[in-house]
Amino acid sequence: MNAPFGRRRCEVSEVRDSGGYRLFSLLDREGPEPLPGQFYMLATVDRWAGQGERPFLPRAISVAETGPAATGSRLDFLIEGIGPGTDRLCGLQVGEEVWVNGPLGNSFLTPRELTPGAAGAILVGGGIGIAPLALLRRSFGERNIPTRVLLGFRDQAHSGGLDDLFRCCEVGLASEDGHVGHRGYVTDLLAAMLAGDDAGSAAVYSCGPPAMLEAVRALCAERDVACELAMESPMACGYGACFGCAVPRPDGTYMRLCVDGPVVRGEQVAEVAHA
Amino acid sequence: MPDFCGISLAHPVINASGTYDAIAARQIFGDALLEDFPFSAFVSKTITPEPRAGNAPRRIWETPAGMINSIGLPNKGLEGFLAEDLPRLAELPVPLIVSVMATGRPEFSRLVEAVGDRDEVGAIELNVSCPNVHSGLIVGEQPGETEALLETLRPLTAKPLIVKLTPNVADPAAVAVAAEQGGADAVSLINTLKASAIDPVGGDPALAAGHGGLSGPAVRPVAVQQLRAVVAATALPAIGMGGICSGADAREFLAAGAALVAVGTENFRDPRAGSRVAAELAEGTRGRSGPAPVLDLK
Repeated sequence: MNAPFGRRRCEVSEVRDSGGYRLFSLLDREGPEPLPGQFYMLATVDRWAGQGERPFLPRAISVAETGPAATGSRLDFLIEGIGPGTDRLCGLQVGEEVWVNGPLGNSFLTPRELTPGAAGAILVGGGIGIAPLALLRRSFGERNIPTRVLLGFRDQAHSGGLDDLFRCCEVGLASEDGHVGHRGYVTDLLAAMLAGDDAGSAAVYSCGPPAMLEAVRALCAERDVACELAMESPMACGYGACFGCAVPRPDGTYMRLCVDGPVVRGEQVAEVAHA
Repeated sequence: MPDFCGISLAHPVINASGTYDAIAARQIFGDALLEDFPFSAFVSKTITPEPRAGNAPRRIWETPAGMINSIGLPNKGLEGFLAEDLPRLAELPVPLIVSVMATGRPEFSRLVEAVGDRDEVGAIELNVSCPNVHSGLIVGEQPGETEALLETLRPLTAKPLIVKLTPNVADPAAVAVAAEQGGADAVSLINTLKASAIDPVGGDPALAAGHGGLSGPAVRPVAVQQLRAVVAATALPAIGMGGICSGADAREFLAAGAALVAVGTENFRDPRAGSRVAAELAEGTRGRSGPAPVLDLK
């Protein structure tokens, strides 16, 4: 279903801390229900441009969960304040209004759509990137697709969203500081899981920091496992106008992540650029 | 109803080239885009003779009240545009202006002849001012080069030729006069201002290309001044642009002498910015109660 044409005002209905992050909900009276992986362009109606005349552009944020509300639908977003835009969104209060454009971008395929032999899904999330996997997990659950979840965090301060978004399912955990689960990377858990699986029996879905996505992409490519990555790229508009969110394809051309993604198959991208 | 070079338009607000992809927008928003199309004419992204992939990322960087971009004119090339994009752009409910750019006069001629031959095209904008591509900068920076280019292109089509002026010169009015002498029908200004930013993490240039073009409200006063200078120096109608976000902004450009105004970067923040600016402009023109003008230093 198409996104409504133009930006609209949505009211903040709930805000709370979630680990080191913030979780806020918007009441959307107009938009269709978002699909897992889709995102919205968000900017506060008041006091956007609060830090040295920034932010100027809206911020592209993936939806973490959604559900029916009395007069529309509820959209949940998980936010980590790392700049003027995300700081402002972290400071949202109930009753404030947010400019919303979306839902935008594509969604994930099922394991069987990705590769005929795959019956199950392995979700691999890192840090703030766990957000879109929450909606994906529920969506696969409703379709009876066996789904295993692996999540990794840097440290306690960067492990928000876990209790709020993955409360109801079993999750394999890793943390770099060892405060929870395996001490190390979530990709260690993925490598062990893939080694124990029958070849090609599951497809991998991942969202997280670029270095993690590249590790997941490389691991899956090495083992011939189908994977989809929910990526991020600097985006001014979210609807194909600015051509800012270019991501290199293996053939040297570029895709616009907002219209060709944000979910891309592992083989559709060149190495995921990371510092 | 503004008349622009013989083209009748529903209102004076169009888009700046390269700031709206009507084909992608229709895919995302559906036919609602056509039912309330934001602009009274649609200006395409710049077409070059051969396909271009565009610049390596990073391509955009947010700045105070604006942004810097170095997109690098990704496009399908002339043949791809004519075959794939033009039929879809022809479905838009407004006249079409096609932006073209080439590195030399023979290639420019090929573009103008091919695009000018198509009935779907209402006018042609000559991109001689894109700061991201070296060759474009050279023509638009020099009155002699600009006049010579127009003299070459003028006989090739009956369609109106609009010259997009670069702001990155000491005297844009001199280039506008040269365009007029070469046979241009109109000018549009400003293109983006050459700009750089340094990434605070690492201390390297923020954009992969090293520099780009600044746009957004930050450039508006520069645009207003250049528009005034150009309008004073030529009789050509001018399309004014540079940081227009509201009807009040558009009114400023019209008061400074613009025949039409174009919305650019604001489209990124609001996909219907064109309709909103046009509506706010109409409200003000009819003298309805709108927001009070924002006064300087008050």
